[in-house]
Amino acid sequence: MTDVRYAHVWRKIGPSPRPAIAVEDIPVVIAGAGPVGLAMALDLGRRGHRVTVLTRLDYIAAGSKAICFSKRSLDILDRLGVGDRMVAKGVTWNVGKVFWKDRPDPVYQFDLLPVKDQKRPAFINIQQYHVEELLIEALAALPNVELRWGHEVRDVAPQDGGVRIDVDAAEGGYAIDARWLIACDGNRSPIRQMLGLDFEGRVFEDNFLIADIRITEDRPAERWFWFDPPFNPGKSALFHRQPDDVWRLDFQLGWNIDRDACLKDENVERYIRAMMGPDVAFEKEWYSIYTFQCRRMARFVHGSVIFAGDSAHLVSPFGARGCNGGFADVDNLGWKLDLVLQGADAALLESYNEEAIITADENILNSTRSTDFLTPKSTMSETFRDAVLELAAEHSFARPLVNSGRLSTAISYPGSGLNTPDEDSWDGGIAPGSPALDAPLGDAWLLDGLGDRFTLLRAGGGDAVDGLDVVDLDAPLALSRYGLEAGGAYLIRPDHYVAARWKAPDAAKIDRALVRAKGGG
Amino acid sequence: MSLILTPNLVDPDGIYEKLIALHEGRDEADSQRVNARLILTLINHIGDRATILEAIEVAAGGPKG
Repeated sequence: MTDVRYAHVWRKIGPSPRPAIAVEDIPVVIAGAGPVGLAMALDLGRRGHRVTVLTRLDYIAAGSKAICFSKRSLDILDRLGVGDRMVAKGVTWNVGKVFWKDRPDPVYQFDLLPVKDQKRPAFINIQQYHVEELLIEALAALPNVELRWGHEVRDVAPQDGGVRIDVDAAEGGYAIDARWLIACDGNRSPIRQMLGLDFEGRVFEDNFLIADIRITEDRPAERWFWFDPPFNPGKSALFHRQPDDVWRLDFQLGWNIDRDACLKDENVERYIRAMMGPDVAFEKEWYSIYTFQCRRMARFVHGSVIFAGDSAHLVSPFGARGCNGGFADVDNLGWKLDLVLQGADAALLESYNEEAIITADENILNSTRSTDFLTPKSTMSETFRDAVLELAAEHSFARPLVNSGRLSTAISYPGSGLNTPDEDSWDGGIAPGSPALDAPLGDAWLLDGLGDRFTLLRAGGGDAVDGLDVVDLDAPLALSRYGLEAGGAYLIRPDHYVAARWKAPDAAKIDRALVRAKGGG
Repeated sequence: MSLILTPNLVDPDGIYEKLIALHEGRDEADSQRVNARLILTLINHIGDRATILEAIEVAAGGPKG
């Protein structure tokens, strides 16, 4: 999401001291302490690397901002050790309902988690500041990770073997010589601008109003979306539950509006009462107007400077593909940079560039299509949109065409050079380049058994394998989800994507696939 | 399946008559509405992506037009 205005302080932290030496040597510097920067620090910090996070702010910003966290993000946060706390705090939901005009019943509803028996739900809703606080708490347990509040990157200059970063802090300026700089500094990315890098895409001419309010009424934890409702004629609206009795109301406003007038409390409250009823009792939590764009950088890796999250790619919020897309970057980059820091060829990072761009492009494609359905750009586009909604209420065939946001799911890289193509013929299972699927293993879960390293997932038992974690499966549901029969195996990457699979592997095949998955193929 | 561009209707005049009758007494917006409903219903029946894309190209005045 872009252009969120009027964000203020959620929790004051205060400026961190300036380091004692004028020029520090630090292997990894992360710019930005939003969810993406913090998760990046947690991933690399848990792998034992010395990481310094620089953030211009000396507080956690208020405003719910990103609220929908996908199953895939929860799986990633599980790997990072914070999934349980996220889910305990969040509101779990799987069901979305789509309403049209004044019809009381939904024209369409969907369940976002069609494959049941997985540890995590399709989504939780949780305010971005809660996510940031949970990540900061987890980072505090890592002595090798340092968060510097109120430290602003002023200049970035590539140099031999890394990058020189000039930093401004309250107590004065200093410099860091970093081997790697990960720019998680948001959609306006100062680092992207300092390096004069591109950020191409499409601007959508529309404004949306967010009204986050506290109400005590009990309403279902579902995503409700309206096309052309009587309380916002000709436009769209969204209603969604967050923790702490906070609800996200979102109203399309149109393009030519007076933003300051629209954001006045009395105007926002007119929208709230129109949707919720004239007598609704509520408290203001956060009001904001946003516009959005779909754009990305041509490359995410620029020498020693690597971009992740909104600094690299932006989408419309319909589909929850912004922050979830950023977590996908973290997941993809963490293990690769870990190997490079341990001495692997830095060429492996080119696969981050490729795979993260595949993810960004799919997210941009989906969010652009949703936006075109939500806000038709021509009379005929609107005619078709309304015909789809009308038919959806009458016949099931039209329901897949209803697009109120295609919500974020894990994205596959079937053509990635890290994959070993199948040599056997598979009926089902999970193809190389796709994410591992969860399944119950007794009282535990399959994904929880995959750690931060490469894992061999086998049907039945076998010997230990050098350099690999091994998980032996015998639960019928898990075996069937992977299409595995006795003797078969999957090679799973540290980000829990399938690298290779075999019906009858041998040590040499596994080794070749491992070399390839580490960028050596 | 590929798009049929040779005569394929059993009763062309009768079907054309029904198509025109669908629009009798409707204003333009309503006609657009039922046309959109008809197109969506038919493309679902066809189902095959390549055939639909070929038809879209023909409608646009493309190569097979």
